[in-house]
Amino acid sequence: MKRLHLILVSCLAVLLLLPLVLDKYLLGIFVMIFFYAYLGQSWNILTGYTGHISLGHALYVGIGAYTSTYLAMNHNISPWIGMWVGAVLAMLVGLVIGFLGFRFGLRGVYFVILTISFAEIARLVVSHIPALGGFAGIFLDFKPSFWNFQFRGNEAYYYLSLGFMVASVVVARLLELSKAGRLMVAVREDETAAEALGVNAFKYSMLGIALSAFMSALGGTFYANYIFYINPNSVLGMGLSIELILRPIIGGMGTALGPVLGSFLLTPLSEVSRAYFAKGGLEGLHLILYGVLAILVVLFMREGILVYLKKAFGSRLGLEP
Amino acid sequence: MNYQLLLQLAVQGVLLGGVYGLIAVGLSLIFGVMGVINFAHGPMMVLGMYIAYGILVLLGLDPYVSLLLVAAALFLLGYLVQATVVNRILDFPEAMQVLPLVATGLIIENAVLLGFGPDPRSPRTALGLATLHLGPVMIDVSRLMAFGLAVIITGVVFLFLKYSDIGKSIRAAADNRVGALLVGIRVDRVNNFSFGVGAATTGAAGALLLPLMATSPHLGHDFTMTAFVVVILGGLGSLPGALVGGLILGVAESVSTIMVPATMKQVVSFALLVAIMLFRPQGLFGGRA
Repeated sequence: MKRLHLILVSCLAVLLLLPLVLDKYLLGIFVMIFFYAYLGQSWNILTGYTGHISLGHALYVGIGAYTSTYLAMNHNISPWIGMWVGAVLAMLVGLVIGFLGFRFGLRGVYFVILTISFAEIARLVVSHIPALGGFAGIFLDFKPSFWNFQFRGNEAYYYLSLGFMVASVVVARLLELSKAGRLMVAVREDETAAEALGVNAFKYSMLGIALSAFMSALGGTFYANYIFYINPNSVLGMGLSIELILRPIIGGMGTALGPVLGSFLLTPLSEVSRAYFAKGGLEGLHLILYGVLAILVVLFMREGILVYLKKAFGSRLGLEP
Repeated sequence: MNYQLLLQLAVQGVLLGGVYGLIAVGLSLIFGVMGVINFAHGPMMVLGMYIAYGILVLLGLDPYVSLLLVAAALFLLGYLVQATVVNRILDFPEAMQVLPLVATGLIIENAVLLGFGPDPRSPRTALGLATLHLGPVMIDVSRLMAFGLAVIITGVVFLFLKYSDIGKSIRAAADNRVGALLVGIRVDRVNNFSFGVGAATTGAAGALLLPLMATSPHLGHDFTMTAFVVVILGGLGSLPGALVGGLILGVAESVSTIMVPATMKQVVSFALLVAIMLFRPQGLFGGRA
């Protein structure tokens, strides 16, 4: 076993035991760390591995959140079932966007703008659908039970979100090791060269966006049943899209652990500073800090902190450089 | 259908479209020279609105006058952003180019929030409520002023790029970076200046819009999107395209309010954006993609 694996397994063991000692507030911060690592990973699977930049990932999170919530509140269908419905729906939407983007050859910023456009259209349309709560959004009924995906206290959410995060790392790692994942990276590095070698760039880009949208939507269901309130801006807005890409970019795009590292660095900073600055009437200051940090990381460690750390300490962990 | 209403909306659309064109000229110029999309565009414009607002409240200067001060302030900001951040990321992969500018937008947006608070502001300006009657059509004087000034400013920028020495250097650097370096053009300074000019026109557009709509710190994204639609309509990098694109979008949005609620008019522009990108990515007036 490589030293890195030992370290990761011990980290996981510590995380599994943490709820024994942490209070509710700190548990809540960990829930958000895991949640954003998960969403970041979902985005990373598209953008990190295939190189197609999405800035509209809130769309898929929103589809997940709204679908499972709508089914639960109007048809009494458990979010455990609704989350898969939402995920399939998001995947289909992702495939449509991917088809338009990749078939019509929208590269770089054009694809970015395409993804933003669809997310914004969805945000505006949902704002005008009374059955989905319109601008005001939906307050979920609090009916704690396993079946309802709702729990008292933060322990259950802690383990759930930890599970989400670990599963997403496993998915990303398996993808990295698979042939499909390697071909996705080939598309990212040089689409023309990959196609010349017979790689079906369209197919692997579609695979990336489908998987990415599917996973993001599952996260949306978790969010809705953790926060108990969703509205078009919170789960379909550009703010969420920016939030969820910051972590993998700062941690390291195109790596399985980058989004996790990014989230462990950024989320506590965000949660603590948000509360701290809001108390002092300095709302928004934490986002300014974020912006500065993101710029500094891109300027000085353009491949993310993880890659930087790997270069510095990789040999001691038994990793290839 | 009520033709008088249609005419009224079309005229309003044309007048707003001129300002949309001015919003987009900066984005188009920055893309044309540097090849980067300024994702901080909308927040920069909102900052322009707030600077004009601050000047109005503190000094009592109307936005039509303070326009120049606002443009100067935004020129400095744009120059600085280019010199400190954008010049360093020009060779980065595209994903890495998007983030710093999105982050710059985040910083500006929240600096405005911090400075002015979250409440919307709608200042009372001298011409705020004046109207003209042209036959059956009623025109707000402030809309007419905004349109006229927007067209004049766009024209000045266009002529400046075409005939001034600095403008020629900018076009040379945009056309062939290495060639421009070889003939002794300080390309990084030209870049700084171009971003400054782009930001200045954006700030001016903000000042012109101030009498027309309430401003709030989070308006930025909407304006960024408006500017995207306009430049993609007209062709990325083309300044006359930006003006024409602005007019088309202004009329489309304005007339669409007959069919959809006003808060949905943006859906119309996004749909237009997607359609144009798919079927004519070089824009209606661009020669090539």
